[in-house]
Amino acid sequence: MAHYKLKTPLSESDVRQLKLEDNVSIDGTIFGIRDATQIRIFDHHIAPPADLTGSVCLHTAPGVRKLPDGRYEKICIGTTTSTRMDRFVPGLIEQYGVRVIVGKGGVLQGSIEAMQRTGAVYLAIVGGAAALETLQIEEIEEVWWEDLMPECLWKFRVKEFGPLIVAVDSHGNSHYRAIQERAAARIAALEL
Amino acid sequence: MQAIYDTIETVARDLYWKALKDIPEDVRTALKGGLQAEQQVGNSTAEQVLFTILENIKTADEHGMLVCQDTGLPIYKVVIGSRAGIDVAELKARIRRACERATAEYPLRSNTVHPLTRKHTGTNTGEGIPIIKVEFAPGADHLEITMAPKGSGSENMSFLRMLNPSEGRKGIKKFVLQCIFESGAKPCPPMIVGIGLGGTSDVAMQLAKEASTFRKIGTSNADAEVASLERELLDHINQTGIGPQGLGGATTALAVNIEWAHTHISHNPVAVNIQCWRGERASAIIAADGKVKYGNGAL
Repeated sequence: MAHYKLKTPLSESDVRQLKLEDNVSIDGTIFGIRDATQIRIFDHHIAPPADLTGSVCLHTAPGVRKLPDGRYEKICIGTTTSTRMDRFVPGLIEQYGVRVIVGKGGVLQGSIEAMQRTGAVYLAIVGGAAALETLQIEEIEEVWWEDLMPECLWKFRVKEFGPLIVAVDSHGNSHYRAIQERAAARIAALEL
Repeated sequence: MQAIYDTIETVARDLYWKALKDIPEDVRTALKGGLQAEQQVGNSTAEQVLFTILENIKTADEHGMLVCQDTGLPIYKVVIGSRAGIDVAELKARIRRACERATAEYPLRSNTVHPLTRKHTGTNTGEGIPIIKVEFAPGADHLEITMAPKGSGSENMSFLRMLNPSEGRKGIKKFVLQCIFESGAKPCPPMIVGIGLGGTSDVAMQLAKEASTFRKIGTSNADAEVASLERELLDHINQTGIGPQGLGGATTALAVNIEWAHTHISHNPVAVNIQCWRGERASAIIAADGKVKYGNGAL
């Protein structure tokens, strides 16, 4: 298992080199998105007001405090379950050029195939470890669609964001799928 | 008399914050045990996940930060001494006010929305929220409040099946393992598995919530038959290898807790409710003289 330090924006070759269970940390900027953000993009057909080409998208809805000058101060930024938003992943990758989804819980077959076709990966963060994530996010740089608070489109500046574990690579492999297949076989073998 | 309700409001507010920041001692011990188990079998991904979880708990302690961003749906369990002379309607109003204050004063992310319009209330309160469970302690003159901000990732993994009596113990085990398999990585394992057996359908779900969220790790059900099923299921669940965060490993569950009620001759209800690794809860006892003693839940 190799360790990679990646800097945004990311190219196809940046993500094609990654293999299951490799370790990644990210420097640069990442975007925060959640259910309502993506319902607006894909179900209401409103294009995101920021360029997501080569970007890293994190499944999150942060806790924040609005400052008098209109900026947002971070209070707690963590990660939510990706599986709930799985149907949006192929669109993010193929229409908008997203290279990395960071989340927890994993994504399903359609997303795995889209990642293989286009060159993107799914990186698992440790769900619930929001105190560490919050410290690794240096600043909330921009916020769009504030009417969806807290499910806005967020742009965060990050330093050594991680540890992130490659859980779906860009070659059609899913670590979650392998673990679940093994679990199914083990359950079937149990003497109940 | 007014003073006791002011105390209840302050304590209920502080418990919301404490539950989000201070992981209970029994949960910390179980997570450290999980890390040792993964180190012994040499599973480096699982080891890294558990190490990161423990680092995160330490970071939250040192910086006074929230452990996880999910501030949950607030659940309060209140045990009122039968001699405490508490007006339950006023107590419920004060706990509701406490949630509004906890949310505004910190500020906490509010999660409460209308189930159809998805419109936010912005206060972590609303129709039926906070959830307040009231029980009575015969002869006591104090008050015990336990707060749990139940997170959505684990709560979304809730299941109920009205099995046939003929499916028996084996059917119960099969259903629970199916629930764990379906949950996979989603509820932030290593999880605490709460199971409710018996009663009617609603009672089974409530028992499962009591088991997952309000019972300490390391406790066993008083009924020997039920306790043996807890041990058996914990072993089976950890044999699945789903592991921390669903990335593989020996530590899928930190505990299996079962609560039960008698049921109908035609019923065999099984409810499953999952709690994530943070096992968040905080408790306080308010004595008759108004003195407050805080703890980590299930005092």
